[in-house]
Amino acid sequence: MMTAIQAIGLTKKYGAKTAVNALDLSVGQGELFALLGVNGAGKTTTIKMLTCLTRPTSGDAILLGESVVSRPDAVKAKTNVSPQETAVAPNLSVTENLELIAGIYGSDKKAARRKADQMLSAFGLTEQAMDRAKTLSGGMQRRLSIAMALISDPQILFLDEPTLGLDVLARRELWAAIEELKGRVTIVLTTHYMEEAQALSDRIGIMAKGELRAIGTAAELLSKTGARTLEDAFVSLATEPGARI
Amino acid sequence: MRLLVFASRNRKELLRDPLNLAFGVGFPVVLLLLLSAIQANIPVSLFKIARLAPGIAVFGLSFISLFSGTLIAKDRTTSFLMRLFATPLTASDFILGYALPLLPMALAQSAICFIVSFFLGLPVNANVLLALVVLIPTAVLFISIGLLAGTVFSDKQVGAICGALLTNVAAWLSGTWFDLSLVGGAFKTIAYLLPFAHAVDATRAAIAGDYASILPHLWWVGGYAVAVACIAIVVFKRKMSSDSM
Repeated sequence: MMTAIQAIGLTKKYGAKTAVNALDLSVGQGELFALLGVNGAGKTTTIKMLTCLTRPTSGDAILLGESVVSRPDAVKAKTNVSPQETAVAPNLSVTENLELIAGIYGSDKKAARRKADQMLSAFGLTEQAMDRAKTLSGGMQRRLSIAMALISDPQILFLDEPTLGLDVLARRELWAAIEELKGRVTIVLTTHYMEEAQALSDRIGIMAKGELRAIGTAAELLSKTGARTLEDAFVSLATEPGARI
Repeated sequence: MRLLVFASRNRKELLRDPLNLAFGVGFPVVLLLLLSAIQANIPVSLFKIARLAPGIAVFGLSFISLFSGTLIAKDRTTSFLMRLFATPLTASDFILGYALPLLPMALAQSAICFIVSFFLGLPVNANVLLALVVLIPTAVLFISIGLLAGTVFSDKQVGAICGALLTNVAAWLSGTWFDLSLVGGAFKTIAYLLPFAHAVDATRAAIAGDYASILPHLWWVGGYAVAVACIAIVVFKRKMSSDSM
């Protein structure tokens, strides 16, 4: 499998506080990689560095051959992100939101319209196409947010807590939408829902206190820790100081 | 292309907010009608339409800061701006994208103010067109104040600072509501150290056809506009590359 993301000693410090400490990570093309961790574990900071939203204090990450430190514009052209909060333009319609992002990534009006129609269909938003984004339910807004991240045809997609705050049905619907993308797009997904990581991802990385404590498939993590459930494995890795496998 | 797509989004967001239209167009027109009614019953030279209309036009423009500041601050606090920072949009795309849609809005707002003033007795002549040109630096000043406030403060803080403080300062220190000479002393000195009274005096001179008196006042406004615009651009760029956007 070709490498899509290669992080080498990726570190972010805010003053004396180290948010992410010397992260080494490799994600293959087409892989769905989940970063699991409690609040403050460093997941969002990692995503911010990989999407060029914040500059690493030290280290680097190479995304499809481009460095986030020296070639952020090239990285941005190949990636897209759906942030933790539902980031949509409230007074624009669903279609206009999609066309906006397509246009920013260089599509002309006609192409943007065509891509927007494809996304509306793929994400079950056709009925809401002309509705203003602020009138959508939380689940629908989250779907729109992910569709906006996909409309630029990114080679790497970052989903930061995509199902946070959604009810069970909306979460399951979104899972199905994410499942559809598997294999076609490299996806890095952050979450603190164990079942989400287990259900969706090819591999899971467990972060705690800014460090990557463990990495592997769900079965590998269970086997290595001797835990019965992923939650048990996570708790033992996230809470024991210095635990690392 | 990217810039125009982003500017178009901002234009739609601004025009689709009914509060913007109510405050931007409705409120100044109501004030114009009200003060003209007072003038009809109790003649006050200050409220003669040729002196009142320029003052209300400048006062109306002060709401532009509120509109632009609120839009930017909301984009920041909802993570929409974070999403856009992960796209290929550049710093100049952002700054111009926010500022450009506001300039025609500001001119339209001033034009409506003068059109209503025609019905209240303002002579219809080329001097009104000159007044619209003279108001451009004032519009740039208020747009820049909004850009700066929206970059630094939350949308609630922008509401307090631009919606309450700035509009009041711009009103009281502009010489629209009372003759600054009646207060005199330090108050008048401070008023003429700030740009608002100069903006009103320059527009009044344009309406009166007193062309020689325009430039001395316009330099003050233009100077402030350039200075605040430069500060806003520097602060926005710094925020964009920092971790605290």
